Amino acid sequence: MSTVVCPECEAQVELAAGTEAGEIIVCPDCGVDLEVTGVEPAAVQLAPMEQEDWGE
Amino acid sequence: MQRRLKIGVLYSRVRVEEKWIFGAMEKRGIDYDRLDDRAIHFDLEKPEAWRQYDAVLERSISYNSGLYALRLLNAFGVPTVNTAAVAEVCGDKLMTSAALAREGVPQPRNATAFSPEAALEAIEAFGYPVVLKPVVGSWGRLLAKINDRDAAEAVLEHKSTLGSVQHSVFYIQEFIEKPGRDLRIIMIGDKALTGMYRNSEHWITNTARGGSGELCPITPEIEDICLRASKAVGGGLLGVDLVEHPEKGLVVNEINHTMEFHTMQPVSGIDIAGEIVEYAVGIARMNYEG
Repeated sequence: MSTVVCPECEAQVELAAGTEAGEIIVCPDCGVDLEVTGVEPAAVQLAPMEQEDWGE
Repeated sequence: MQRRLKIGVLYSRVRVEEKWIFGAMEKRGIDYDRLDDRAIHFDLEKPEAWRQYDAVLERSISYNSGLYALRLLNAFGVPTVNTAAVAEVCGDKLMTSAALAREGVPQPRNATAFSPEAALEAIEAFGYPVVLKPVVGSWGRLLAKINDRDAAEAVLEHKSTLGSVQHSVFYIQEFIEKPGRDLRIIMIGDKALTGMYRNSEHWITNTARGGSGELCPITPEIEDICLRASKAVGGGLLGVDLVEHPEKGLVVNEINHTMEFHTMQPVSGIDIAGEIVEYAVGIARMNYEG
């Protein structure tokens, strides 16, 4: 199990098994969206804000 | 050594759908590349790098990034799922409506205007309530239900003052008293793969807005309207949204060309990601076998 530090609130956030780079996870403490930028070693950054043309 | 068939998957975020798609690729032993749309660039004088792909499956969250990538790939002769032409129509509600109207596919009544004054006139001709929608946008964002003239005037002024240029294309749709649900049908080529009711107490039923899913059996009527809708926009992998209109019966509300299916796959029990991959491989194989 890898752990990262939330760049917003400095909480320790655990990455679930099978997490992949490019996934979005939510910090359980402050609720901010985090983008997983690396798995080995684990790294996250604040996810980009939703844009107007985003969707399906 | 003979070249292997290769697929590119263009994406913005690894949502659960992309994880399932990557998993389906790997399960089938397909040679594929993950293409993050924030990391790629296209040199028009060097299309060869892109021609290594027998097909590119587009899963961008950003409509603009996805659309322009598809246009370039198609210009390079790289087959894509879906094609740029389909994305152009499906990503723009007005173009979708025009395509449906051209082919006589039932849809909600709608009108378009290019100034707040003309939009107000069109709204008054419809009668209240009406729904104002941005022509480009998704996940139920910025939809406005307009119940009276005061609200119409306020929203039109806000849109023309605060919105981007695109918000000055006023797309007006009749408000449909639907039975607390709409339908999402997944089309893969000419086949209605599976369907789901999206239930919600709110008039916006997108699951992105909290609507819940329930399996919807594919009736001949559903299959027929979805096939006609799919053909009208150019076909491919599509999420067709239907609404039960109290007078008109089933109507096509919108068509999604990079549909999400995180609710649909568990509700239907169907391996939608696997079906998507099979479809993309079929397109790639035509290019591969030349």
